[in-house]
Amino acid sequence: MTTPESFRHVLASPGDVETLSHLHARLVEQAAAHGLLDVAYRTLDTPVGVLLLAATPTGLVRVAYPGEGHDHVLAQLAERVSPRLLHAPARLDPAAHQLDEYFSHHRHRFDLALDLRLARGFRRSVLDHLPEIAYGTTASYATIAAAAGNPKAVRAVGSACATNPLPVIVPCHRVVRSDGTLGGYVGGLDAKRALLRLEATP
Amino acid sequence: MSLPSFEQVVADHGLVVLRVCRAVVGPSDAEDAWSETFLAALVAYPGLRADSNIRGWLVTIAHRKAIDRLRANHRAPVPLAVLPEIAVLGVEPPDPQAELWQAIAALPPKQRGAVAYHYLADLPYAQIAELLDTSEAAARRSAADGIAKLRTVLGPEATL
Repeated sequence: MTTPESFRHVLASPGDVETLSHLHARLVEQAAAHGLLDVAYRTLDTPVGVLLLAATPTGLVRVAYPGEGHDHVLAQLAERVSPRLLHAPARLDPAAHQLDEYFSHHRHRFDLALDLRLARGFRRSVLDHLPEIAYGTTASYATIAAAAGNPKAVRAVGSACATNPLPVIVPCHRVVRSDGTLGGYVGGLDAKRALLRLEATP
Repeated sequence: MSLPSFEQVVADHGLVVLRVCRAVVGPSDAEDAWSETFLAALVAYPGLRADSNIRGWLVTIAHRKAIDRLRANHRAPVPLAVLPEIAVLGVEPPDPQAELWQAIAALPPKQRGAVAYHYLADLPYAQIAELLDTSEAAARRSAADGIAKLRTVLGPEATL
């Protein structure tokens, strides 16, 4: 008795994996050429774990730590930005390159187009002020609240940092408590400590 | 409920669509047919209802693209929704799969379509009947006849 399953089993070929990867690459190319690649993503090995990087044609839209669940983040991007989302590493080459430089002490500032559509309102204005905290230094949640125009919104600064769609690139890891303790971090406290240590080491 | 990412769609259904393309347009045109199908699907994707049967939707696109492609190859008008005969070109390497693909490609159009959409894509016969512009019973019969013919072509030792 021939079933669909047994039929497909007979046709399974190890070459199919390679063919599909070639077809995927061609699809990415054609999608980009037709302006259909709304979200491109790749992953990058870093000292703070495998980061997910995603970009729209406007710029880098998301950096995610493993703890956020990369599959979950991709599903969120499909829903909130566009389901036309493909694994397209080349689109993220500049971001990956600058992150590599950052983690090897060769870069203190990121020079990348950013798409901050995932942050709105006060959270967005908090993120706009974070790049003012220089490499190797820290600022308190209260200082950032004041800079963002609402000195009382210290907790809101905390939640803006906790939901920063572009950690590492937009340096929320440089925001600490007024008493000098670390506070929280979207990538976990070990990652925050590692980034601050990296920036403190020449 | 929302649509999965297109990356997920390619991962989940890319192989099925490749096999369907091999069957309906023949192995040599299959990759181009796959690319046309997924590019067309990518264009339309954001408008797809989240509860749609994505594989059925992709196979429908593949079916239409196959007809366009075969009609262009034939340079002759062919009525829509009917798969024309295809020429089985060249001598492929003598492996059992190449032989099977050639045998599938050599099936009469309705049998080829029914085998592809039922045995390769697992579509229900009601949907296959729509694609092939025939009745559900006829689609079922075409699939059975197609498989029977493949067994004869491939010989008794074939593990179909």
